[in-house]
Amino acid sequence: MRRYDFKVPIGPQHPALKEPECFSLMLNGEKIEGMSVRLGYNHRGIEKACEAQTYIQDLYLIERVCGICSHSHATCFAQAVEEIAALEVPKRALYIRTLVAELERIHSHLLWLGVAGHEIGFDTLLMYTWRDREIVMDILAMLTGNRVNYSVNTIGGVRRDVSAEQIPQILKAVDSLEERTKYYIQVATEETTIIKRLSGVGIVSYDDAIRLGTVGPTARASGVERDIRRDDPYAAYGELTFNVITDKHCDVYGRTLVRVGELMESYKMIRQILANLPDGPIAVKAPRKIPAGQALSRYEAPRGEDVHYVKANGTDKPERVKVRAPTLANVQAVAHMLKDRYLADMPIVIAAIDPCFSCTDRLTSVRTPDNKTGNIMTWPALHSYSIDWYRRCGIDFSELNKKFRVPGN
Amino acid sequence: MVNVLFHILIFPGFLFAGGFGLVAEYVDRKLCAKLQNRIGPPWYQPLADLIKLVSKQDMVPEQSDATVFTLMPIIAFTATLTAFFCIPLWQMRALSSFSGDLIVVLYLLTIPTLTFFLGGWYSRSVFSMVGAARSIIQLFAYEIPLFLSILAPAMLAGTLSLSEMTVFYSKHPWLTMLNLIDFAIALVALLGKLEKTPFDIPEAETEIVAGSFTEYSGRLLAFFRIAIDMEMVAGASLLAAVFMPFGLSLGPVFGFILYLVKVLFVVALLSLARTIFARLRIDQMINLCWKYIAPVAFLQLIIDLIVKGIVAQ
Repeated sequence: MRRYDFKVPIGPQHPALKEPECFSLMLNGEKIEGMSVRLGYNHRGIEKACEAQTYIQDLYLIERVCGICSHSHATCFAQAVEEIAALEVPKRALYIRTLVAELERIHSHLLWLGVAGHEIGFDTLLMYTWRDREIVMDILAMLTGNRVNYSVNTIGGVRRDVSAEQIPQILKAVDSLEERTKYYIQVATEETTIIKRLSGVGIVSYDDAIRLGTVGPTARASGVERDIRRDDPYAAYGELTFNVITDKHCDVYGRTLVRVGELMESYKMIRQILANLPDGPIAVKAPRKIPAGQALSRYEAPRGEDVHYVKANGTDKPERVKVRAPTLANVQAVAHMLKDRYLADMPIVIAAIDPCFSCTDRLTSVRTPDNKTGNIMTWPALHSYSIDWYRRCGIDFSELNKKFRVPGN
Repeated sequence: MVNVLFHILIFPGFLFAGGFGLVAEYVDRKLCAKLQNRIGPPWYQPLADLIKLVSKQDMVPEQSDATVFTLMPIIAFTATLTAFFCIPLWQMRALSSFSGDLIVVLYLLTIPTLTFFLGGWYSRSVFSMVGAARSIIQLFAYEIPLFLSILAPAMLAGTLSLSEMTVFYSKHPWLTMLNLIDFAIALVALLGKLEKTPFDIPEAETEIVAGSFTEYSGRLLAFFRIAIDMEMVAGASLLAAVFMPFGLSLGPVFGFILYLVKVLFVVALLSLARTIFARLRIDQMINLCWKYIAPVAFLQLIIDLIVKGIVAQ
């Protein structure tokens, strides 16, 4: 046991975190001596719920895994199902998916830039980027009818077409965003206090980035040149030319540069997509029952590689859905990044992986207090355990249950 | 007796200092909002915030030392209020002026930081304790440059009385131009004293919630809030008195307006700094203050010494 003065609980409720998560920091003065992460405040059981609903219903449920990269999860799931059903998705649909995906990446990265500014006490950057983010949100709302959960995907294609009048509007928005992004690149690379706070903080070397299994901008900022869009092209990415942005800084500053660099690449890609948008239908009819089979789908979400595994059993409901959101791959690296750093670096280091904790809470390991793995509980055992637990807390629902005649009691 | 009560309660006491503090807070917030491309609060927002806080219940944490916890906001409030009596606002003389009142003003303006420390430390919450430790570390970083930057003009004037300093600089207005470096240093130190970005380290929201003030609520927090607002005005008035001692013989009306303009100018500079910088780390702040700002303050001291020699001839 190492010596420490304070044990500071960062979360589950803390101004630095936008979602519930618990980081316990062992502090020696200002220095972080150790850290433990506790997940599981936001587990919603989406994977299990998917098994009880049809594929089309699942698409909307899966979209709600993450508020920011909703399109990523929906596309990733749709791709897996299409692979099992051997559906030939029309070219135009793939292009529209890619268009929405890149617009989503822009809105996610702009959001991140603002949050990063806020975490280091630079609220002006937050206000500016979030104002400009409205431009891309408006475009997304125009294209899909929604600002966040776009619901543009369906099994076998997309639900909404891009009209000829919308194209100039998108191009105009992209132009103004590009101009703003250039300004942010200038701010991020020239403003002294930003550089002071970001450079040398949260270092993950190239080897560590691979060893800890980091993905997305976090890995690319350590020089790991991995991008699913190029390595395993899906949707229309195989036909687009773009660069994979990497950086050798290995720190939070590098991650910032990678993200703003990716913004510029996204603008480039959107222009290519709109210039080469093929004609044709936007969807093929998908069967209600998907034949038995399994598929693994990979997708480069704004936060990194998103993996969905779907197992079909010939009915209209999947047998198993497994989601590996990018934050789950990155969150282990946080403890490594914070080693021997200062308390003041904690918010920005956590923010630099662009965490999405509700995405991450996919798996919960139940442990007994003495840290031994607990027994696997059956459903009735868990049910009676919860009733007992509430009874011990002085809350008894049995009278209420009798009154309302809740099934199963 | 009536006179004393008037001074304490109305001018330059509670009503004026508090009211001006709220105005300064409004200007700070509104300007900051405008610079950040926001709309900002309406003019009555600081007062509304204060009224809301005053009407709330006081909560004293169980583990805390209740006496220190409740006493500290009041001490912070009184100390800043007292400082107003020794700073010349728009006349040549302050309400209470004596030889060495400069030191008293600096001392009174240091007290709020000490109360932040004690209040935070005796709250016994981890965030408060980290914040309290940070405010005392920060005190050691900015206080020396602040003292040096005020000391140099005082030495040039050859007095430790603020009122006499203003008299001296009114006679030699061009000498104030010499103290421009010190003005910049005093501004930076004032940012540290008021715990504003880039030196809002002791109450860094994203790191330690609200630092020393984490456990404070209701009336006690209101006292702290108004004390910080008044400290901002007192600090700005001090800077105005030391570095901008012009237009003091314009009479009450114009003098008063000019005084408001001067103070709000300093407040505007503070909000500008708030919008264009990110928050530094405590180690970076100490490095900055000791490696760069304190030596520059010494340089100004040497320049002033030389000039004083020339003037004396």
